[in-house]
Amino acid sequence: MAEFSLPKNSKIKPGKHFPAPEGASNVKTFKVYRWSPDDDQNPHTDTYDIDMDDCGPMVLDALIKIKNEVDPSLTFRRSCREGICGSCAMNIDGTNTLACTKPVEECGTRDVKVYPLPHMSVIKDLVPDMTHFYAQYASVEPWLKTKTPVSQSAERLQSKEEREQLDGLYECILCACCSTSCPSYWWNSDKYLGPAILLQSYRWLADSRDEATGERLDQLEDPFKLYRCHTIMNCTNTCPKGLNPGKAISEIKKLIAERSM
Amino acid sequence: MSLRSPLAKAVGLGSAKHGFSHWWWQRVTAIALVPLSVWFVYSVLTVMGMDHQYASDWLAQPFNATVLILFVLTMLFHAQTGIQVVIEDYIHTKWLNLTLLLAVKFAAVLMAVMSVISVLKVVLGG
Repeated sequence: MAEFSLPKNSKIKPGKHFPAPEGASNVKTFKVYRWSPDDDQNPHTDTYDIDMDDCGPMVLDALIKIKNEVDPSLTFRRSCREGICGSCAMNIDGTNTLACTKPVEECGTRDVKVYPLPHMSVIKDLVPDMTHFYAQYASVEPWLKTKTPVSQSAERLQSKEEREQLDGLYECILCACCSTSCPSYWWNSDKYLGPAILLQSYRWLADSRDEATGERLDQLEDPFKLYRCHTIMNCTNTCPKGLNPGKAISEIKKLIAERSM
Repeated sequence: MSLRSPLAKAVGLGSAKHGFSHWWWQRVTAIALVPLSVWFVYSVLTVMGMDHQYASDWLAQPFNATVLILFVLTMLFHAQTGIQVVIEDYIHTKWLNLTLLLAVKFAAVLMAVMSVISVLKVVLGG
């Protein structure tokens, strides 16, 4: 069965409270999911009161401040701090997004809740296990496949219009915000490829230089790999890069329809 | 414990190489059900005020009987494809999954045959 309630050892309990320094006037409260594989504790949410007058504007700034100045045990991934590496994808204020491009100000008036990406195995705190997600990416063979020989020094030409077909696809940074917001991916991620991987797959279907379109469609036409998409559109709503994985998936379905009829 | 590589797990048994026709017929029957449902509501409203004999005569007209059979068959086919998706989505216990999928299909066929025979009985004046 799909899991609708958390198992006993996953129930989230309240954790420690770290108050803001004396005299702080612009205080924002962050409730952060904590879990460690090293003790037998249930996950819990620690509460950090942060003086925003002494902190950068983004949620990632606040997390880094917590790690540097309040609680060095807090664990999360981050790298580029400008929305291009996809490392700091997490669930902030109820929505999957990148901590580095999410302003604290946009998080509403109440406490800011920070959780790992939903329905992924947690390695520690805000760090999810991406192994299966990356393996699914590898499974669609995301590289240019050709049969026409071209000499080493030559380019494979593409018209401007053909290149434009890749706009809205090549920008995907594989942060997994979309896939982990998708209920179909939650229930069936063992077989369903999910919006991120399907968008990446369409990126190669839409590439005028690729010569493996038919084989790619063969690999995708499957009740679970592709057709678990029920156009719920959480993917498109949540994408921090403003892309439209839902549309990419329907384009794949249209290609399959086109060659079947 | 499994020492299979993540890629082997992701690929699994590979593509079933079908899925389009299920997706397609779910949509075709949905579109067909728009006019058929309108007609069905109209027919219920029409028959409601009649006594049994008039209602039987009305239904026995070839057009009415034909559209009613089409409505029932399309509706059952559409319902069956939809419930199949729900079961595949949520029921992951293998034996229960298979049992429910078969039960839904058998129930749909049973209801289809029974409905057609019932309408034919009225048409042929049983």
